[in-house]
Amino acid sequence: MPSLGADMEAATLSEWCRKPGDAVKSGDIIAVVETDKGAIEVEVFATGTIATLLVEEGEKVPVGTLLAVIADGTEAPQPTPAPALDVTSPLGEVPAGRGGAPAAPAPEAPTPAPAEAQRASEPSPGQDVERIHASPAARYRARELDVDLATVHGSGRHGDIVRADVERADAARAEHAAPEPVAPERATARAPEPLATERAAAPAPERVAPTQPAARPPTPSIRRAIAAAMARSNREIPHYYLSLGIDLRHALAWLAERNASRPVEGRVLPAALLLHAVARSLPGFPELNGTWDDDAFHPSATVNLAVAVALRGGGLVNPCIADAASLGLDATMSALSDLVARTRSGRLRASEIGAGTITVTNLGDLGVDETFGIIYPPQVALVGFGRIAPQPVAVGDLIGVHPVVRMTLAADHRASDGHRGGLFLAAVDRFLQEIS
Amino acid sequence: MTLRDQIAAALAPIAPEADLSTVDPRQPLRAQLDLDSMDFLRLLAAIKQRVGVDVPEADYGKIGTLEALEAYLTARGGH
Repeated sequence: MPSLGADMEAATLSEWCRKPGDAVKSGDIIAVVETDKGAIEVEVFATGTIATLLVEEGEKVPVGTLLAVIADGTEAPQPTPAPALDVTSPLGEVPAGRGGAPAAPAPEAPTPAPAEAQRASEPSPGQDVERIHASPAARYRARELDVDLATVHGSGRHGDIVRADVERADAARAEHAAPEPVAPERATARAPEPLATERAAAPAPERVAPTQPAARPPTPSIRRAIAAAMARSNREIPHYYLSLGIDLRHALAWLAERNASRPVEGRVLPAALLLHAVARSLPGFPELNGTWDDDAFHPSATVNLAVAVALRGGGLVNPCIADAASLGLDATMSALSDLVARTRSGRLRASEIGAGTITVTNLGDLGVDETFGIIYPPQVALVGFGRIAPQPVAVGDLIGVHPVVRMTLAADHRASDGHRGGLFLAAVDRFLQEIS
Repeated sequence: MTLRDQIAAALAPIAPEADLSTVDPRQPLRAQLDLDSMDFLRLLAAIKQRVGVDVPEADYGKIGTLEALEAYLTARGGH
């Protein structure tokens, strides 16, 4: 069971996507796991044949639990009391459970088998237990709404249950239910969101109070996960904060001209341009890009840029764009667009969660001028952007009005000093002034 | 399918809980539906697929309300 967040201790294996006897190669999706952040697809990084599945669908197990055995044709080494099969990210220096999650087994967890047994074993019989066919989004919704999937009629192909079916079942049940005291999880008041829930992109539209019914508030477990990570960060990391106003007149004019000749599918948002500027400037400042563990800083060879994406129902996920410094502007926009879409539809992969080396937040439609956030452990820096808004600026001896964005940096003082943080902000500014 | 229905269908995967029938067609659409700029771009892409009209960036200011969006699309042959 991979670690998918700094404070994740356990998760539920919601669905196996392969069965014993199937051939798999590195990168294939083998299972769907449900966490506080929603359904995450887990990849394998071995090639071979699945020998045994060790965890049942619906079972909740701690991080580090052996989930499956894959026969890759090699001889078994002597069994050792080693860590369980590592199905975490291929993005380098990230061992399982890196996020500092204690591996304390939960009472109901199975004892992890002695690991590293790579040889073929008998495929376990009885894997064809009758399964309820439901999409991960439907399973997650059923858990959120406390709906028993066995009572839901599936409208998908072959009778599969989709999310809308679960919602229909919940609505039908509510109509028939006797009035009962509303549990805190069902309260319709929108939970207050931390500052970091602003979302991707550009100039704020005129603000009119939303008239749509509020989407359901986040499940308490999402809030607990966020609260735990933020409290830990605030407790352990000595933050310093810097801020810089960046004149975007040149950059936005350049972008608009570039977008003018492109169809909607090929356009790049200002948010993507800002991410690109950050990614391209970071390699010169390795002390801002990496992880802090065991009283030491571990710089990362690549920039894995985590982006704060707000979920429509509330809550926050930080999937990352791997190796963002090597991507051009168009590739950055595609990656961002794809990540946002899959985050909101619940189809993120394990390799995209928890492997960030820095986070960018508040690509601010929300109407705040600047954000000073809390670093996501074990990262050492957090970049924030406020809204892009017209501001008076000096142009020679006169005053002009240009679109300006306030960029902020929260950084871990154990890993970097303010002088270097300031130089980083200046480097991003320069990138945007000179883009062509 | 009416144009309104097409827009609603385009919107569904982006804002699943949104209900166009409760939107004031003369007030800013993005604010009422809580759409950020990424959502909006995806909406335009979905509308283009369904209705066949590509809205250039320069015209974004002309489609700020549901009413204006429908008028714009209709004028350009969208249905």
